Amino acid sequence: MAILANKDTKVIVQGITGGQGSFHTRLMIDYGTQVVGGVVPGKGGEWFDNDIPVFDTVADAVNATGATTTMVIVPPPFAPDGVIEAVDAGLELIVCLTEHIPVKEMMKVYHYVQRSGKSRLLGPNCPGLLVPGQMKIGFIPDMIAKPGNVGVVSKSGTLTYEVGFALKNYGMGQSTIVGIGGDPVIGTSFVDILQMYESDPETEKVVLLGEIGGNAEILAADFIKNNMTKPVAAFIAGQSAPPGKRMGHAGAIVEGGEGTAEEKIAALEDAGVRVAKNPEEIPALLAK
Amino acid sequence: MKLHEYQAKFRFAEFGVPIPKGKVATTPEEAFEIAKEIGGTVVVKAQVHVGGRGKAGGVKLAHSPEEAKAHADTILGMDIKGLTVEKVLIDPGADIQKEIYLAITNDRASGKPLIIASAEGGMDIEQLAKERPEAIIREHIDPLFGLHSYQANAVASKMNLAREQWRPFVKIVRQLYQCYAASDAELAEINPLVIQGNGSILAVDGKMIIDDSALSRQPKLAAMRDLADEVEAERQAREAGISYVKLDGQIGCMVNGAGLAMTTMDMINLYGDGEFGPANFLDIGGGAGPEKVVAALKIILSDPNVKAVLVNIFGGITRCDDVAKGFIEAYDIVKPNVPIMMRLQGTNAAEGQEIITNANIPRLETADTLTEAAQKAVAAARGV
Repeated sequence: MAILANKDTKVIVQGITGGQGSFHTRLMIDYGTQVVGGVVPGKGGEWFDNDIPVFDTVADAVNATGATTTMVIVPPPFAPDGVIEAVDAGLELIVCLTEHIPVKEMMKVYHYVQRSGKSRLLGPNCPGLLVPGQMKIGFIPDMIAKPGNVGVVSKSGTLTYEVGFALKNYGMGQSTIVGIGGDPVIGTSFVDILQMYESDPETEKVVLLGEIGGNAEILAADFIKNNMTKPVAAFIAGQSAPPGKRMGHAGAIVEGGEGTAEEKIAALEDAGVRVAKNPEEIPALLAK
Repeated sequence: MKLHEYQAKFRFAEFGVPIPKGKVATTPEEAFEIAKEIGGTVVVKAQVHVGGRGKAGGVKLAHSPEEAKAHADTILGMDIKGLTVEKVLIDPGADIQKEIYLAITNDRASGKPLIIASAEGGMDIEQLAKERPEAIIREHIDPLFGLHSYQANAVASKMNLAREQWRPFVKIVRQLYQCYAASDAELAEINPLVIQGNGSILAVDGKMIIDDSALSRQPKLAAMRDLADEVEAERQAREAGISYVKLDGQIGCMVNGAGLAMTTMDMINLYGDGEFGPANFLDIGGGAGPEKVVAALKIILSDPNVKAVLVNIFGGITRCDDVAKGFIEAYDIVKPNVPIMMRLQGTNAAEGQEIITNANIPRLETADTLTEAAQKAVAAARGV
């Protein structure tokens, strides 16, 4: 069992005919994901790769296919509307990969999703999730994955690949790899995923990859201290980042002396987390 | 993107917030004319994107047009924390009876806009928050509904404002919220909001930060960017669609992905023994093709402190062979005279490696792991 999704999950793709959308949809299908439909307004009735039906609306796609999960891969001006449409169609999991959605729009979307009481949003600005040997939603490369019992949760894309790859080379597989995204306002937090890993019987150990900015890692440390029995190893990126400068991710900024790597590392260590100075040391730390 | 004080205040005024009727001068003569037109005491204020300009001598009172001209002459061209003052704002002096703090910002923890207010304005709000947190009033706004009137009233009530100031204050809270929302601001701050002797309220200083992700739909605000206030290399990077932040170290970094780019910096610091550090943060972004690699290499090498370059690519959407091709193209154009450490991993890594090996680039070494790459880059920098 994995968290969030598995090989039986029926997935639709909003933006399936776009350049990025079509490229990653094909890779997802190759890896085993059940992509049952796509949504592109104005292209309803067409087929993607002569195999997957395209619908005008998410509601149509859900009615025809029974999908429970969607991947939103559309440009920033359309992404908030795409997520809201997915909420209105009753989807359980909405994975939004789009980067550069204005924060003002994300704040609205975040609360709209919360109030639905049904949908979960992963992202935006995230690489998605991958269940080794089963399926993936998003663009995490297959080469870093190997079925196993380490749950990975991360704010970053390529840093996740780095650590996933290090785990695999060490002989450790993953139960699920989840990218929650590097934006200031995101649908699913570290704590949400830690909670799922704690209750997932196939996950025995957890890796948390954080970065400067905000307090999500502090809340995670608090949760680990009070609620987790499984061992956790972590790395916090941006220890050498200057304050007040945004480091690529919209959320990666130390503001008013808050959100520093030091305070996050201290909180995690206080919670008993094994914090690596070098992310390539994580497998050895977990093996201890 | 930060706005200058005058830009922020003029923007506030578009939404009805009362501001001093000042104007911007770029020469002492203009300052003279503006001060003469305003009459009486004026304030000459440096327009730069740094805090503490008052302490640095960038804000001065003038009691005559001649004095305003003299102050403008001193302040224009002044260097404040590495930035040259190109403009001054000439504002009429205010009759300050009381100073208030009022701001609206994005609160990332709750995912909501947040009003922050204090009856103790004029000072540094972060310091006040640490020393006397009880002096700060916070009111979250529902992003789906916007500001409710009762919330502005609640802020006025908690501030212990005099009754006659309630109506104008509540109005300013609403206007500032409208300005914040319509501008895609991360922060709209008035500090101080001044209550004058005659009871009127005036936004004497203003600050706005606009969400970079919203600039494409805020063309009027995007056009306010002050190019003179941006490091040249950072401007070039922005135009090439690359995230770049200049740092003080000696090892230039080219990485794909923000998290890995920060990690690469951290690894250089870890193995740099306090002697070597990263020269920059640079994320070439996902799916970067040759032209981005060319731009990135040029930008990295425009920093004279750079003694070695570390290229760290973990291909996902980005293909290592694309980066390798781009790098060879870039190498021919830029002709770096520093050692290069290259690590290609992930999508099409073997193809990328082969391209690099076949190119026989002098002073280029490769590495398999990030640890090895960082250690070798430090060693290469030390060898120069």
